[in-house]
Amino acid sequence: MVVAVAEDSRGAEHARPWIEQAKAEYWCLIDPDHRVASLFGMANVPRAVWIDEHGRIVRPPETAGSTDHFRNMDPKTLAMSPADQAARDAGKAFYVNAVREWVMTGRHVLNAPAAREKLPRITDDIALAHAHFRLGVWLRGHDAAEEAARHLAEAIRLHPESWNMWRQAADLDAVGNAAGPGFWARVQTLGDKPYHQPPDLPGFPT
Amino acid sequence: MTTILTERGEFTVAATNGLWLTGGEAARVTGWTLKPEGMCRDGQCVPMPPMALRDGRVDVEAFWRRLGHPVLCADDRQTWVLGTGAGERNAALAGLMAPDFTLSDLSGTPRSLSDLRGKKVLLVTWATW
Repeated sequence: MVVAVAEDSRGAEHARPWIEQAKAEYWCLIDPDHRVASLFGMANVPRAVWIDEHGRIVRPPETAGSTDHFRNMDPKTLAMSPADQAARDAGKAFYVNAVREWVMTGRHVLNAPAAREKLPRITDDIALAHAHFRLGVWLRGHDAAEEAARHLAEAIRLHPESWNMWRQAADLDAVGNAAGPGFWARVQTLGDKPYHQPPDLPGFPT
Repeated sequence: MTTILTERGEFTVAATNGLWLTGGEAARVTGWTLKPEGMCRDGQCVPMPPMALRDGRVDVEAFWRRLGHPVLCADDRQTWVLGTGAGERNAALAGLMAPDFTLSDLSGTPRSLSDLRGKKVLLVTWATW
């Protein structure tokens, strides 16, 4: 069973066109407060967690097949070279295939010590950031945009690795801002660091 | 009235002097029950200092901080967030049981992760932004 969670503080109506176009037969849930990101320590999308029949995490949060090839895009036209496009598609296809292998054969499951080692480490600052984010989103929805912006900014300051918080706050300012010049400037500051850490699957194309 | 945002939902309560609540309202919001030995849940009790108790009311802000959780409020002190601290988050994940949550789909139907027990679940996040 797939559970797709939209980390979307603008709410269900904003996510609806994507979900309807996907014609999904699995659960598509709306998460305006980014609760799932908070519970599982996720700082970006798309992220995936594999959960077995007993409710146990057998692969902690990891990049769900996305790659960093988008960083070679032309930021103005969003054009990608055919080679980068193909590499990006290959990453997604590889990940989907790995999920299929897990379902059919149990492959790729991590034992408990290996899974624990890959868990995110949630700090006091990150926990506080999620509280500020929650209050900011609530205030934004209750005609207190200025005060909301303060809490969202504090969340970002406390949890600078969270692209979810930065991009959601930018999107609440104006739809499109999350992929605007500010986003590209922020990606630049990563330098050699990945935007999407590749999932630890043997042979994953990077 | 005061609004309190917690992981369990959004609550409207009659708080006084910040986040002082009756025992009944404190239980509704936090899931912890006020007893003579302190605030209790699942057979576990957290002793409360006398200054956090008065006239049958409990200082929920003080209690929540005592549990190691963050507490925030809006400028007008009418909206509060009772957050979840890093210790509880890390402990829950270290147990490797997927933390449960309930969220709604497009039709407003609430769905809980725990309802899928018995199936393999690929939990995946995405966003429109």
